[in-house]
Amino acid sequence: MSGTMAYSIVTAGDSRSFPAGDAFLSGAAAGADVVVCLGAFHAPGSHRIDDAKTAILLELDTECLGVHTGESAGEEGSNVVGFARYRNGDDAPSGLIELVRQPSTHSSSVEAARVVFEAAGFTVVVCSDQAGRIIDRLVRPKYNAALRFLDEGLASARDMDLTCRLGLGYADGPIERVERGGLARHHEITQALFETYGTPGFAPARRAVVAHRRDRRQTGDKKEK
Amino acid sequence: MSGIIRKVGVCGAGGTMGAGIAIVTARAGFETVCYDLAQPALDAAAKQTAGFFGKSVDRGKMSAGERDAVLARMRATTSLDDLADCDLVIEAVFEDLKTKQQLFAALDPLCAKHTIFASNTSTLSITEIASQCGRQDRVVGMHFCLPAQLMKLIEMSPGMNTSRETFDTAWSFAEAAGQTPVRTQDKPGFILNALLVPFNNDVIRAVEAGVATPADIDAAIKTGLGYRMGPCELLDLIGLDTQLRLCEAFYPVTLDVRSSAPPLLRRMVAAGHLGRKTGRGFYTYDGNAMFGG
Repeated sequence: MSGTMAYSIVTAGDSRSFPAGDAFLSGAAAGADVVVCLGAFHAPGSHRIDDAKTAILLELDTECLGVHTGESAGEEGSNVVGFARYRNGDDAPSGLIELVRQPSTHSSSVEAARVVFEAAGFTVVVCSDQAGRIIDRLVRPKYNAALRFLDEGLASARDMDLTCRLGLGYADGPIERVERGGLARHHEITQALFETYGTPGFAPARRAVVAHRRDRRQTGDKKEK
Repeated sequence: MSGIIRKVGVCGAGGTMGAGIAIVTARAGFETVCYDLAQPALDAAAKQTAGFFGKSVDRGKMSAGERDAVLARMRATTSLDDLADCDLVIEAVFEDLKTKQQLFAALDPLCAKHTIFASNTSTLSITEIASQCGRQDRVVGMHFCLPAQLMKLIEMSPGMNTSRETFDTAWSFAEAAGQTPVRTQDKPGFILNALLVPFNNDVIRAVEAGVATPADIDAAIKTGLGYRMGPCELLDLIGLDTQLRLCEAFYPVTLDVRSSAPPLLRRMVAAGHLGRKTGRGFYTYDGNAMFGG
Protein backbone atom coordinates (compact mmCIF):
# COMPACT_ATOMS: atom_id res chain seq x y z
CA MET A 1 0.00 0.00 0.00
CA SER A 2 1.44 3.37 -0.90
CA GLY A 3 0.42 6.82 -1.98
CA THR A 4 -2.39 8.57 -0.19
CA MET A 5 -5.49 7.52 1.67
CA ALA A 6 -8.48 9.62 2.64
CA TYR A 7 -9.21 10.10 6.33
CA SER A 8 -11.94 11.68 8.36
CA ILE A 9 -11.52 13.20 11.81
CA VAL A 10 -13.59 12.85 14.95
CA THR A 11 -12.65 15.06 17.87
CA ALA A 12 -13.28 14.94 21.59
CA GLY A 13 -11.60 18.02 22.95
CA ASP A 14 -8.11 19.34 22.33
CA SER A 15 -5.55 17.18 20.60
CA ARG A 16 -1.91 17.19 21.72
CA SER A 17 -0.87 15.73 18.38
CA PHE A 18 -2.70 18.15 16.13
CA PRO A 19 -3.52 21.46 17.82
CA ALA A 20 -5.97 23.85 16.20
CA GLY A 21 -4.65 25.15 12.92
CA ASP A 22 -2.41 22.15 12.22
CA ALA A 23 -2.24 21.35 8.51
CA PHE A 24 -3.21 17.72 9.11
CA LEU A 25 -6.67 18.82 10.27
CA SER A 26 -7.45 20.50 7.00
CA GLY A 27 -6.69 17.34 4.98
CA ALA A 28 -9.65 15.39 6.34
CA ALA A 29 -12.57 14.23 4.19
CA ALA A 30 -15.97 13.19 5.56
CA GLY A 31 -16.94 9.54 5.31
CA ALA A 32 -13.43 8.22 4.62
CA ASP A 33 -12.48 4.63 5.35
CA VAL A 34 -9.84 5.70 7.87
CA VAL A 35 -11.11 7.56 10.92
CA VAL A 36 -8.72 9.61 13.05
CA CYS A 37 -10.00 10.10 16.60
CA LEU A 38 -8.40 13.10 18.26
CA GLY A 39 -8.55 14.35 21.81
CA ALA A 40 -9.49 12.89 25.13
CA PHE A 41 -11.01 9.54 24.24
CA HIS A 42 -9.82 8.34 27.60
CA ALA A 43 -12.77 6.41 28.91
CA PRO A 44 -13.50 2.98 27.46
CA GLY A 45 -16.58 3.18 25.32
CA SER A 46 -16.35 6.92 24.88
CA HIS A 47 -15.92 6.36 21.16
CA ARG A 48 -17.63 4.07 18.72
CA ILE A 49 -15.48 1.42 17.05
CA ASP A 50 -16.77 0.72 13.56
CA ASP A 51 -15.57 -2.69 12.39
CA ALA A 52 -16.37 -1.81 8.80
CA LYS A 53 -13.68 0.85 8.62
CA THR A 54 -10.20 0.04 7.30
CA ALA A 55 -8.68 1.66 10.34
CA ILE A 56 -9.67 3.64 13.40
CA LEU A 57 -6.68 5.72 14.51
CA LEU A 58 -7.05 6.58 18.17
CA GLU A 59 -4.92 9.29 19.72
CA LEU A 60 -3.29 8.17 22.97
CA ASP A 61 -1.83 10.13 25.83
CA THR A 62 -0.10 8.16 28.60
CA GLU A 63 -2.49 5.23 28.49
CA CYS A 64 -2.19 1.94 26.62
CA LEU A 65 -4.40 1.21 23.64
CA GLY A 66 -5.83 -1.76 25.53
CA VAL A 67 -7.58 0.64 27.90
CA HIS A 68 -9.86 1.49 24.98
CA THR A 69 -10.07 -1.79 23.12
CA GLY A 70 -9.76 -4.38 25.84
CA GLU A 71 -7.27 -7.23 26.00
CA SER A 72 -7.64 -10.98 25.69
CA ALA A 73 -4.80 -13.35 26.62
CA GLY A 74 -2.36 -11.79 24.21
CA GLU A 75 -4.59 -12.29 21.19
CA GLU A 76 -6.32 -8.91 21.24
CA GLY A 77 -6.37 -6.67 18.22
CA SER A 78 -8.77 -5.16 15.72
CA ASN A 79 -8.86 -2.35 13.20
CA VAL A 80 -8.04 0.15 15.96
CA VAL A 81 -4.50 1.51 15.88
CA GLY A 82 -3.24 3.79 18.62
CA PHE A 83 -1.02 6.73 17.85
CA ALA A 84 0.62 9.79 19.30
CA ARG A 85 2.64 12.53 17.70
CA TYR A 86 5.64 12.94 19.97
CA ARG A 87 5.72 16.24 21.77
CA ASN A 88 7.89 17.47 24.62
CA GLY A 89 5.41 19.20 26.93
CA ASP A 90 4.08 22.26 25.19
CA ASP A 91 6.89 22.43 22.65
CA ALA A 92 5.63 22.34 19.09
CA PRO A 93 4.72 18.76 18.13
CA SER A 94 7.54 16.88 16.40
CA GLY A 95 7.48 15.19 13.02
CA LEU A 96 7.25 11.76 14.62
CA ILE A 97 4.16 9.58 14.80
CA GLU A 98 4.35 6.55 17.07
CA LEU A 99 1.80 3.93 15.98
CA VAL A 100 0.65 1.45 18.61
CA ARG A 101 -0.51 -2.01 17.67
CA GLN A 102 -1.81 -4.90 19.70
CA PRO A 103 -0.73 -8.50 18.98
CA SER A 104 -3.58 -9.11 16.54
CA THR A 105 -4.15 -5.63 15.21
CA HIS A 106 -4.93 -5.93 11.51
CA SER A 107 -1.80 -5.39 9.44
CA SER A 108 -3.93 -3.61 6.85
CA SER A 109 -5.03 -1.13 9.52
CA VAL A 110 -1.43 -0.44 10.58
CA GLU A 111 -0.42 0.00 6.96
CA ALA A 112 -3.33 2.37 6.35
CA ALA A 113 -2.24 4.42 9.33
CA ARG A 114 1.29 4.55 7.99
CA VAL A 115 0.08 5.71 4.59
CA VAL A 116 -2.11 8.45 6.07
CA PHE A 117 0.63 9.89 8.24
CA GLU A 118 3.52 9.48 5.83
CA ALA A 119 1.50 11.20 3.13
CA ALA A 120 1.13 14.09 5.57
CA GLY A 121 4.93 14.28 5.89
CA PHE A 122 5.49 12.46 9.17
CA THR A 123 8.09 9.88 10.13
CA VAL A 124 6.15 6.83 11.26
CA VAL A 125 7.35 4.12 13.63
CA VAL A 126 5.44 1.17 15.03
CA CYS A 127 5.56 -0.10 18.58
CA SER A 128 3.73 -2.63 20.69
CA ASP A 129 1.12 -1.52 23.21
CA GLN A 130 3.52 -0.60 26.01
CA ALA A 131 3.20 2.38 28.32
CA GLY A 132 5.40 5.23 27.18
CA ARG A 133 5.58 3.81 23.66
CA ILE A 134 9.18 4.29 22.43
CA ILE A 135 10.38 7.75 23.35
CA ASP A 136 8.88 8.32 26.78
CA ARG A 137 9.74 4.79 27.85
CA LEU A 138 13.37 5.45 26.94
CA VAL A 139 14.03 9.09 27.78
CA ARG A 140 11.97 9.62 30.93
CA PRO A 141 14.27 7.44 33.09
CA LYS A 142 17.19 9.43 31.73
CA TYR A 143 15.54 12.71 32.69
CA ASN A 144 14.85 11.24 36.13
CA ALA A 145 18.52 10.34 36.47
CA ALA A 146 19.65 13.79 35.36
CA LEU A 147 17.31 15.44 37.87
CA ARG A 148 18.63 13.16 40.62
CA PHE A 149 22.23 13.92 39.63
CA LEU A 150 21.42 17.60 39.89
CA ASP A 151 20.10 17.11 43.42
CA GLU A 152 23.14 15.05 44.37
CA GLY A 153 25.59 17.65 43.07
CA LEU A 154 27.18 15.50 40.39
CA ALA A 155 27.35 18.55 38.14
CA SER A 156 25.52 21.76 37.45
CA ALA A 157 22.54 21.79 35.09
CA ARG A 158 24.63 23.81 32.65
CA ASP A 159 27.46 21.30 32.66
CA MET A 160 25.15 18.30 32.31
CA ASP A 161 23.38 19.90 29.36
CA LEU A 162 26.66 21.00 27.79
CA THR A 163 28.08 17.51 28.20
CA CYS A 164 25.16 15.95 26.34
CA ARG A 165 25.26 18.52 23.58
CA LEU A 166 29.02 18.40 23.03
CA GLY A 167 29.68 14.80 23.96
CA LEU A 168 26.65 13.10 22.49
CA GLY A 169 25.49 15.52 19.83
CA TYR A 170 22.07 16.05 21.40
CA ALA A 171 20.11 19.06 20.24
CA ASP A 172 19.52 20.00 23.87
CA GLY A 173 20.51 18.66 27.27
CA PRO A 174 18.29 16.62 29.59
CA ILE A 175 17.71 19.30 32.20
CA GLU A 176 16.86 22.09 29.80
CA ARG A 177 14.62 19.73 27.85
CA VAL A 178 12.67 18.30 30.75
CA GLU A 179 12.24 21.74 32.32
CA ARG A 180 11.08 23.23 29.04
CA GLY A 181 8.59 20.39 28.63
CA GLY A 182 7.38 20.98 32.16
CA LEU A 183 8.31 19.08 35.30
CA ALA A 184 4.64 18.60 36.17
CA ARG A 185 4.08 16.96 32.78
CA HIS A 186 7.19 14.83 33.38
CA HIS A 187 5.59 13.76 36.67
CA GLU A 188 2.37 12.84 34.89
CA ILE A 189 4.18 10.67 32.36
CA THR A 190 6.59 8.99 34.77
CA GLN A 191 3.84 8.37 37.30
CA ALA A 192 1.88 6.50 34.61
CA LEU A 193 5.00 4.51 33.68
CA PHE A 194 5.81 3.75 37.30
CA GLU A 195 2.25 2.59 38.03
CA THR A 196 2.46 0.30 35.03
CA TYR A 197 5.92 -1.21 35.48
CA GLY A 198 6.90 -0.52 39.08
CA THR A 199 10.60 -0.22 38.27
CA PRO A 200 12.55 2.48 40.10
CA GLY A 201 13.85 4.17 36.96
CA PHE A 202 10.33 5.33 36.13
CA ALA A 203 9.54 6.72 39.60
CA PRO A 204 9.12 10.49 39.27
CA ALA A 205 12.22 12.40 40.37
CA ARG A 206 11.98 14.62 43.43
CA ARG A 207 11.93 17.80 41.36
CA ALA A 208 9.02 16.44 39.33
CA VAL A 209 7.14 15.55 42.51
CA VAL A 210 7.68 19.08 43.81
CA ALA A 211 6.46 20.59 40.55
CA HIS A 212 3.40 18.34 40.56
CA ARG A 213 2.49 19.26 44.14
CA ARG A 214 2.97 22.96 43.48
CA ASP A 215 0.84 22.62 40.37
CA ARG A 216 -1.86 20.84 42.33
CA ARG A 217 -1.75 23.38 45.15
CA GLN A 218 -1.99 26.30 42.74
CA THR A 219 -4.87 24.62 40.93
CA GLY A 220 -6.57 24.08 44.27
CA ASP A 221 -6.02 27.70 45.23
CA LYS A 222 -7.69 28.82 42.02
CA LYS A 223 -10.66 26.56 42.62
CA GLU A 224 -11.12 27.95 46.13
CA LYS A 225 -11.24 31.47 44.74
CA MET B 1 53.74 23.96 41.82
CA SER B 2 54.28 26.29 38.89
CA GLY B 3 50.69 26.24 37.73
CA ILE B 4 51.93 26.46 34.15
CA ILE B 5 51.85 23.58 31.72
CA ARG B 6 54.44 23.60 28.93
CA LYS B 7 55.20 19.97 28.30
CA VAL B 8 52.66 17.16 28.25
CA GLY B 9 53.15 13.40 28.32
CA VAL B 10 50.49 11.08 26.94
CA CYS B 11 50.58 7.46 28.07
CA GLY B 12 48.88 4.99 25.79
CA ALA B 13 49.59 7.23 22.81
CA GLY B 14 49.68 4.21 20.53
CA GLY B 15 45.95 3.75 21.07
CA THR B 16 43.07 5.59 19.44
CA MET B 17 42.24 7.79 22.43
CA GLY B 18 45.85 8.48 23.40
CA ALA B 19 46.80 9.41 19.85
CA GLY B 20 43.84 11.79 19.69
CA ILE B 21 44.79 13.44 22.96
CA ALA B 22 48.36 13.89 21.73
CA ILE B 23 47.01 15.63 18.64
CA VAL B 24 45.00 17.99 20.85
CA THR B 25 47.98 18.95 23.01
CA ALA B 26 50.52 19.31 20.20
CA ARG B 27 48.07 21.27 18.05
CA ALA B 28 47.56 23.70 20.93
CA GLY B 29 51.29 24.39 21.15
CA PHE B 30 52.38 22.06 23.95
CA GLU B 31 55.51 19.96 23.67
CA THR B 32 54.08 16.44 23.61
CA VAL B 33 55.77 13.19 24.54
CA CYS B 34 53.88 10.17 23.22
CA TYR B 35 54.52 7.12 25.36
CA ASP B 36 53.45 3.54 24.80
CA LEU B 37 54.84 0.11 25.55
CA ALA B 38 55.16 -0.97 21.92
CA GLN B 39 57.01 0.94 19.22
CA PRO B 40 54.84 -0.48 16.40
CA ALA B 41 51.76 1.03 18.02
CA LEU B 42 53.51 4.39 18.27
CA ASP B 43 54.61 4.14 14.64
CA ALA B 44 51.07 3.42 13.52
CA ALA B 45 49.74 6.32 15.59
CA ALA B 46 52.41 8.66 14.15
CA LYS B 47 51.35 7.68 10.64
CA GLN B 48 47.69 8.34 11.45
CA THR B 49 48.60 11.64 13.08
CA ALA B 50 50.56 12.75 10.03
CA GLY B 51 47.58 11.78 7.89
CA PHE B 52 45.21 13.74 10.12
CA PHE B 53 47.29 16.91 9.90
CA GLY B 54 47.80 16.34 6.19
CA LYS B 55 44.02 16.48 5.76
CA SER B 56 43.93 19.62 7.90
CA VAL B 57 46.33 21.24 5.44
CA ASP B 58 44.34 20.00 2.45
CA ARG B 59 41.17 21.48 3.93
CA GLY B 60 42.83 24.80 4.63
CA LYS B 61 42.58 24.49 8.40
CA MET B 62 46.33 24.95 8.81
CA SER B 63 49.35 25.72 6.63
CA ALA B 64 52.04 23.18 5.77
CA GLY B 65 54.42 25.15 7.98
CA GLU B 66 52.02 24.92 10.91
CA ARG B 67 51.65 21.19 10.34
CA ASP B 68 55.40 20.72 10.37
CA ALA B 69 55.67 22.74 13.57
CA VAL B 70 52.98 20.65 15.28
CA LEU B 71 54.63 17.39 14.25
CA ALA B 72 57.98 18.71 15.45
CA ARG B 73 56.45 19.22 18.90
CA MET B 74 55.57 15.51 19.11
CA ARG B 75 58.08 12.88 20.19
CA ALA B 76 57.42 9.16 20.63
CA THR B 77 59.04 6.97 23.24
CA THR B 78 58.76 3.58 24.90
CA SER B 79 60.69 4.76 27.96
CA LEU B 80 58.84 6.20 30.94
CA ASP B 81 62.04 8.12 31.79
CA ASP B 82 61.29 10.44 28.88
CA LEU B 83 58.23 11.73 30.75
CA ALA B 84 60.36 12.99 33.66
CA ASP B 85 60.28 16.66 32.71
CA CYS B 86 56.61 16.82 31.73
CA ASP B 87 54.39 19.26 33.61
CA LEU B 88 51.32 17.15 32.94
CA VAL B 89 51.03 13.44 32.19
CA ILE B 90 47.71 12.23 30.80
CA GLU B 91 47.12 8.52 30.86
CA ALA B 92 44.87 6.82 28.32
CA VAL B 93 45.94 3.25 28.97
CA PHE B 94 43.77 0.15 29.31
CA GLU B 95 40.69 0.77 31.45
CA ASP B 96 41.85 -1.24 34.45
CA LEU B 97 42.34 0.12 37.94
CA LYS B 98 45.54 -1.76 38.73
CA THR B 99 47.10 -0.87 35.38
CA LYS B 100 46.45 2.82 35.96
CA GLN B 101 47.57 2.69 39.58
CA GLN B 102 50.80 0.94 38.63
CA LEU B 103 51.51 3.47 35.89
CA PHE B 104 51.13 6.47 38.20
CA ALA B 105 53.14 4.71 40.93
CA ALA B 106 55.95 4.16 38.43
CA LEU B 107 55.81 7.77 37.24
CA ASP B 108 55.80 9.30 40.71
CA PRO B 109 59.54 8.93 41.46
CA LEU B 110 60.47 9.88 37.89
CA CYS B 111 58.50 13.09 37.51
CA ALA B 112 59.02 16.52 39.06
CA LYS B 113 57.09 17.34 42.21
CA HIS B 114 54.86 19.79 40.40
CA THR B 115 53.87 17.33 37.67
CA ILE B 116 50.14 16.69 37.49
CA PHE B 117 48.87 13.22 36.65
CA ALA B 118 45.59 13.13 34.76
CA SER B 119 43.51 10.07 34.05
CA ASN B 120 41.32 9.72 30.99
CA THR B 121 39.24 7.02 32.68
CA SER B 122 35.57 6.94 31.75
CA THR B 123 34.41 4.59 34.50
CA LEU B 124 36.94 4.29 37.32
CA SER B 125 37.25 6.42 40.42
CA ILE B 126 39.88 9.17 40.25
CA THR B 127 40.34 8.83 44.00
CA GLU B 128 41.08 5.11 43.68
CA ILE B 129 43.43 5.61 40.75
CA ALA B 130 45.30 8.25 42.73
CA SER B 131 45.44 6.26 45.94
CA GLN B 132 48.65 4.35 45.20
CA CYS B 133 50.84 7.00 43.58
CA GLY B 134 52.15 9.11 46.44
CA ARG B 135 50.80 12.38 45.06
CA GLN B 136 47.07 12.14 45.46
CA ASP B 137 46.78 15.91 45.62
CA ARG B 138 48.19 16.19 42.09
CA VAL B 139 45.91 13.71 40.33
CA VAL B 140 42.85 14.79 38.39
CA GLY B 141 40.31 13.22 36.05
CA MET B 142 40.30 14.47 32.46
CA HIS B 143 37.92 12.39 30.38
CA PHE B 144 38.20 13.23 26.71
CA CYS B 145 35.55 12.03 24.24
CA LEU B 146 36.20 9.94 21.15
CA PRO B 147 37.47 11.03 18.69
CA ALA B 148 39.51 13.27 20.99
CA GLN B 149 41.05 15.28 18.14
CA LEU B 150 37.57 16.38 17.06
CA MET B 151 35.52 16.49 20.26
CA LYS B 152 35.84 19.57 22.46
CA LEU B 153 34.40 18.18 25.66
CA ILE B 154 36.50 17.15 28.66
CA GLU B 155 34.85 15.92 31.85
CA MET B 156 37.06 17.17 34.68
CA SER B 157 36.85 15.45 38.06
CA PRO B 158 38.78 16.09 41.24
CA GLY B 159 39.48 13.09 43.47
CA MET B 160 38.84 13.37 47.20
CA ASN B 161 42.44 14.50 47.79
CA THR B 162 42.97 16.57 44.65
CA SER B 163 44.15 20.07 45.55
CA ARG B 164 42.29 23.12 44.34
CA GLU B 165 45.48 24.34 42.66
CA THR B 166 45.87 21.08 40.72
CA PHE B 167 42.29 21.19 39.50
CA ASP B 168 42.53 24.84 38.51
CA THR B 169 45.81 24.29 36.65
CA ALA B 170 44.40 21.31 34.77
CA TRP B 171 41.24 23.30 33.97
CA SER B 172 43.31 26.19 32.60
CA PHE B 173 45.33 23.73 30.53
CA ALA B 174 42.12 22.27 29.07
CA GLU B 175 40.95 25.71 28.04
CA ALA B 176 44.37 26.60 26.63
CA ALA B 177 44.21 23.40 24.59
CA GLY B 178 41.04 24.69 22.97
CA GLN B 179 38.77 22.26 24.79
CA THR B 180 35.54 22.83 26.72
CA PRO B 181 35.89 21.48 30.26
CA VAL B 182 32.90 20.63 32.45
CA ARG B 183 33.18 19.90 36.15
CA THR B 184 31.80 16.69 37.58
CA GLN B 185 32.12 14.79 40.82
CA ASP B 186 34.23 11.64 41.01
CA LYS B 187 31.32 9.23 40.52
CA PRO B 188 30.95 6.23 38.20
CA GLY B 189 30.63 7.35 34.59
CA PHE B 190 30.86 11.02 35.54
CA ILE B 191 28.10 12.74 33.54
CA LEU B 192 28.25 11.29 30.08
CA ASN B 193 28.44 7.58 30.78
CA ALA B 194 26.27 7.85 33.88
CA LEU B 195 23.47 8.99 31.58
CA LEU B 196 24.36 7.01 28.48
CA VAL B 197 25.09 3.50 29.77
CA PRO B 198 21.71 2.99 31.51
CA PHE B 199 19.90 4.63 28.59
CA ASN B 200 21.54 2.23 26.16
CA ASN B 201 20.55 -0.67 28.41
CA ASP B 202 16.96 0.58 28.40
CA VAL B 203 17.10 0.54 24.61
CA ILE B 204 18.40 -3.03 24.56
CA ARG B 205 15.67 -4.09 26.99
CA ALA B 206 13.05 -2.42 24.79
CA VAL B 207 14.29 -4.38 21.78
CA GLU B 208 14.26 -7.56 23.83
CA ALA B 209 10.74 -6.83 25.07
CA GLY B 210 9.52 -6.41 21.51
CA VAL B 211 8.53 -2.78 22.00
CA ALA B 212 9.86 -1.91 18.55
CA THR B 213 12.54 -2.85 16.05
CA PRO B 214 16.01 -1.28 16.36
CA ALA B 215 15.33 0.65 13.16
CA ASP B 216 12.08 2.08 14.51
CA ILE B 217 13.68 2.95 17.86
CA ASP B 218 16.49 4.78 16.05
CA ALA B 219 14.06 6.58 13.77
CA ALA B 220 11.93 7.63 16.74
CA ILE B 221 14.85 8.95 18.74
CA LYS B 222 16.39 10.83 15.83
CA THR B 223 13.14 12.34 14.62
CA GLY B 224 11.54 12.99 17.99
CA LEU B 225 14.57 14.15 19.93
CA GLY B 226 16.93 15.38 17.24
CA TYR B 227 19.78 13.04 18.19
CA ARG B 228 22.36 12.74 15.44
CA MET B 229 22.57 8.98 15.79
CA GLY B 230 20.06 6.42 16.97
CA PRO B 231 20.96 4.45 20.10
CA CYS B 232 21.16 1.13 18.25
CA GLU B 233 23.44 2.68 15.65
CA LEU B 234 25.56 4.10 18.46
CA LEU B 235 25.74 0.76 20.26
CA ASP B 236 26.88 -0.91 17.06
CA LEU B 237 29.54 1.78 16.68
CA ILE B 238 30.96 1.62 20.19
CA GLY B 239 30.63 -2.17 20.29
CA LEU B 240 28.28 -4.37 22.25
CA ASP B 241 31.29 -5.82 24.09
CA THR B 242 32.23 -2.33 25.21
CA GLN B 243 28.70 -1.75 26.50
CA LEU B 244 28.92 -5.04 28.43
CA ARG B 245 32.26 -4.00 29.97
CA LEU B 246 30.75 -0.67 31.00
CA CYS B 247 27.82 -2.45 32.65
CA GLU B 248 30.19 -4.72 34.52
CA ALA B 249 32.17 -1.70 35.72
CA PHE B 250 29.12 0.28 36.81
CA TYR B 251 26.62 -2.14 38.26
CA PRO B 252 28.76 -3.57 41.10
CA VAL B 253 29.50 0.00 42.22
CA THR B 254 26.10 1.63 41.77
CA LEU B 255 23.68 -1.31 42.14
CA ASP B 256 21.45 0.63 39.78
CA VAL B 257 19.45 -2.00 37.90
CA ARG B 258 19.41 0.17 34.79
CA SER B 259 23.20 -0.24 34.68
CA SER B 260 23.05 -4.03 34.83
CA ALA B 261 23.71 -5.88 31.59
CA PRO B 262 20.46 -6.89 29.84
CA PRO B 263 20.25 -10.59 28.93
CA LEU B 264 20.03 -9.72 25.23
CA LEU B 265 23.33 -7.83 25.47
CA ARG B 266 25.06 -10.87 26.95
CA ARG B 267 23.62 -13.12 24.25
CA MET B 268 24.69 -10.78 21.46
CA VAL B 269 28.23 -10.61 22.80
CA ALA B 270 28.35 -14.39 23.22
CA ALA B 271 27.14 -14.79 19.65
CA GLY B 272 29.81 -12.44 18.34
CA HIS B 273 27.28 -9.79 17.33
CA LEU B 274 29.45 -6.95 18.56
CA GLY B 275 28.38 -4.29 16.07
CA ARG B 276 30.34 -2.74 13.23
CA LYS B 277 33.59 -4.41 14.25
CA THR B 278 32.21 -7.89 13.54
CA GLY B 279 29.85 -6.86 10.76
CA ARG B 280 26.73 -7.61 12.77
CA GLY B 281 25.03 -6.09 15.76
CA PHE B 282 21.57 -4.58 15.72
CA TYR B 283 22.22 -4.08 12.02
CA THR B 284 24.41 -5.93 9.55
CA TYR B 285 27.34 -4.27 7.80
CA ASP B 286 29.50 -4.78 4.77
CA GLY B 287 32.53 -2.54 5.18
CA ASN B 288 31.26 0.87 6.16
CA ALA B 289 27.86 0.32 4.61
CA MET B 290 24.96 -0.48 6.88
CA PHE B 291 22.11 -2.71 5.86
CA GLY B 292 18.78 -3.72 7.20
CA GLY B 293 17.29 -2.85 10.50
